[in-house]
Amino acid sequence: MTDTILRMSGITKTFPGVKALQDVNLEVRRGEILAVCGENGAGKSTLMKVLSGVYPHGTYEGDIEFEGEPCSFAGIRDSEHRGIVIIHQELALASNLSIAENIFLGNERSKRGWINWNETNQAADELLRRVGLDEKAVTPVIQLGVGKQQLVEIAKALSKDVKLLILDEPTAALNDDDSEHLLNLLRGLRDQGITCVIISHKLNEVMGISDRVTILRDGKTIWTEDIDNLSEEKIIAGMVGRSLENRYPEHESTIGEEVLRIEDWTVHSPTQPDRALVRKANLTLRRGEIVGLAGLMGAGRTELAMSVFGRSYGVNISGRLIKDGKEIQARNVREAINHGIAYATEDRKRYGLNLIEDIKRNVSAAGLSKLAKGGWVDGNEERKVADEFRASMNIKAPSVESVVGKLSGGNQQKVVLSKWIFTDPDVLILDEPTRGIDVGAKYEIYTIINRLADEGKAILVISSELPELLGICDRIYTLSAGRITGEVDRAGATQESLMTLMTKEEQEVAP
Amino acid sequence: MTVAPTNADMSISKGPAGAPDKAPRKVNFDLKQSGIYIALALTIVIFTALTGGDLLAPQNLSNIIVQYSYILVLAIGMVLIIIAGHIDLSVGSVVAASGAFAAVMMVDWHVAWPIAVVATLVFGALVGAWQGYWVAYFGIPAFIVTLAGMLLFRAVTYRILGNQGIGPFPDDIRTLANGFTPGFLKNIALGPLGGADAFSVIVGLLVVVGMVVMQWRARAGRVKFAQSVDPMWLFLTKAILPAILVMFLVVQLARFRNLPWVLVLLAVLVFVYTLVTNRAVFGRQIYAVGGNLQAATLSGVKVKSVVFWLFVNMGVLSAVAGIIFAGRLNLAGPTAGNSFELDAIAAAFIGGAAVQGGVGKVVGAITGGLIMGVINNGAGLLGWQTETVMFVKGAVLLAAVAFDVWSKRRTAGGK
Repeated sequence: MTDTILRMSGITKTFPGVKALQDVNLEVRRGEILAVCGENGAGKSTLMKVLSGVYPHGTYEGDIEFEGEPCSFAGIRDSEHRGIVIIHQELALASNLSIAENIFLGNERSKRGWINWNETNQAADELLRRVGLDEKAVTPVIQLGVGKQQLVEIAKALSKDVKLLILDEPTAALNDDDSEHLLNLLRGLRDQGITCVIISHKLNEVMGISDRVTILRDGKTIWTEDIDNLSEEKIIAGMVGRSLENRYPEHESTIGEEVLRIEDWTVHSPTQPDRALVRKANLTLRRGEIVGLAGLMGAGRTELAMSVFGRSYGVNISGRLIKDGKEIQARNVREAINHGIAYATEDRKRYGLNLIEDIKRNVSAAGLSKLAKGGWVDGNEERKVADEFRASMNIKAPSVESVVGKLSGGNQQKVVLSKWIFTDPDVLILDEPTRGIDVGAKYEIYTIINRLADEGKAILVISSELPELLGICDRIYTLSAGRITGEVDRAGATQESLMTLMTKEEQEVAP
Repeated sequence: MTVAPTNADMSISKGPAGAPDKAPRKVNFDLKQSGIYIALALTIVIFTALTGGDLLAPQNLSNIIVQYSYILVLAIGMVLIIIAGHIDLSVGSVVAASGAFAAVMMVDWHVAWPIAVVATLVFGALVGAWQGYWVAYFGIPAFIVTLAGMLLFRAVTYRILGNQGIGPFPDDIRTLANGFTPGFLKNIALGPLGGADAFSVIVGLLVVVGMVVMQWRARAGRVKFAQSVDPMWLFLTKAILPAILVMFLVVQLARFRNLPWVLVLLAVLVFVYTLVTNRAVFGRQIYAVGGNLQAATLSGVKVKSVVFWLFVNMGVLSAVAGIIFAGRLNLAGPTAGNSFELDAIAAAFIGGAAVQGGVGKVVGAITGGLIMGVINNGAGLLGWQTETVMFVKGAVLLAAVAFDVWSKRRTAGGK
């Protein structure tokens, strides 16, 4: 039976300056599991937000037809009313409430405004049995691990008589056992007639569970294919399938001696201290070399970088840092900076800048001691330094006293880079240095990165965009599920080969 | 996380990619910061008119300063804590506790007053360290810690005093709190204004000249580094208006009984703390912590230690206020300092500090405190009911913060 439960046609969604979705078509058949695959930023989450009414009808173009009827959802309540439930990557449970309270949140089992707790808890127990979660309905959610919380989310969806269940990266934060359990559960639900759309980066999972696969790339649907006609390679080719354009400045690196070696680096999650986010990673950075770190979301890239940078993320960190041949300790950010390590964050607004301050105070923030004598800042010198950076980095602002929050993304990124360059580091870790900035500014950032390498700094670039890594790096490490799964020279790398390494599962890694 | 417009690898609509940002016209006349001075001027004008000029009479000006000095001292510490994104509700109780501590040392134990003063400041520092520990290192919100402190240190006060007032204080302490600089030089005649203390007038002139010279040098420095500066007329207004005001204040005071010692102390504190917030590394770190805690942490600022020392500082300033207050009443009472924290907090917010942290100025807090002081004093002269005074102060606080929020939204909208 191939009766279509959902048809989205001609969906176009525009954000200021960016077309996130362009004429996307998606068809889901009743009782199947459809996987939607694509790189970070391909538009998968946006599409699901359009479907579930997070972006209400009228903010996008195109039509949605569910069970043969056109839909115009004004919000997530409307879509849930029709039986479309989305479970987001970041779980949305009220952690201090019980499982039962969470399941029936906003949908309480009540008469005239008074909750019937016995009925609530009984119904919750029933749902917990269906999803195979062996917990009492009155247990507070905060006591559950992420895997079990995921099951509570599914139970919550079932309580709403779900017809179409959408899961955004459901296993990204789960360990193998929990993932396996979840996938089995989804198969069971399919047999009960519930249709699933699953967004996943884990291709072996996609191959294992889905009936059909739809590929999104750059906000467009590329193709949809039955799983029987597919292989992981074909999916990868679909995900990356575009050519490198001339968007990267020419650069010949002069590579010198080793500057920083990261050995057996292991980092555990601060919320689940028994879960390793980075496992025994080994990396080497050399003078004048631009090294890339590729990995999909949740692979542990940022966790690796931030833990190296003065242990600013994670717990139970083990491993050795060897700088210029000597083992160093960088137990906090100050020590890391003093050892000549700098980290420019992927989220400049939250972690990188003081948006209510001006350019000069942001530029000096990490290297203020260089401008101070006896605890007093030399204001004139600070202004001079900021002005020099404004010129050399081409920060477009009327003066160094412009408030950073009002600059464009590209200029904000240049302020972040200036701040770290001013600390005069030997090692610069750049986490998504071009995220959210326009093409012109990207080119400028690449030029700056090249210049820094020419000055003899060792640079590690973390990026979700494979063409970017292939365009600017001399050597690329791949990270998958916290492990370094490969190290390739630019010459020998293609997007496909990188993607294969990035989706490689743990057991395939040679010990 | 993937709210899609982040990935600019998508087709970018043809925009001014890489084109120079539209240069927002930089208006140096900062409405928000100037608004507060205008508000103070308005308050003064209104109450001068209502009181038929009594507000500005020499003796009354002196009263405003002496009566409100301890709130202003507290406001200095409070604005720093608010800039860092915290709050201190305990300062009233700490004022009482340190006043009691000082009284016991000086009155009951007859400790020499300089030693007792230093010991009281240390006492304040320890109180601040206690609260700073819980806030900074233990991670309890300052609101809770200092709410507890409000009760704890009030209890300590009662225990120290045994539920009764202790006094009288040594003369030196009373002079500090209530007294005036002696006339080192003779009076000079100021024409129709009558006689005034020559020494006070000379000090006033020096301060005024100092203020103008500092502003001039700052401007010259900016010019040298090719930074934008105010047009000359605005600069002169900004330099000369405060100078005239300070000179007016000093002359009036000199006509009465010279300069109050607490004014000298306040002037020194304002000068030092303004310097610290503007120029010291520590001052920068306070703004960095309040502006974006994570960014400050990732820039190597030891945020916990910054917050800890801010509370220590607040404790010391509370002890200063406690000594002044007890000395002024000549008695350390168990209910001293009641609701001082509210006045100090109100002063900081009226003075332009932001609830979210990261914004605020020492001079602003002082100005905010003066607005409240003028209202209190003017209302007293007019014989207003207590509830009227409360109503007016409440309305002023709300209006000041509403103005702050409004001006912020306006600038955000003009992006």
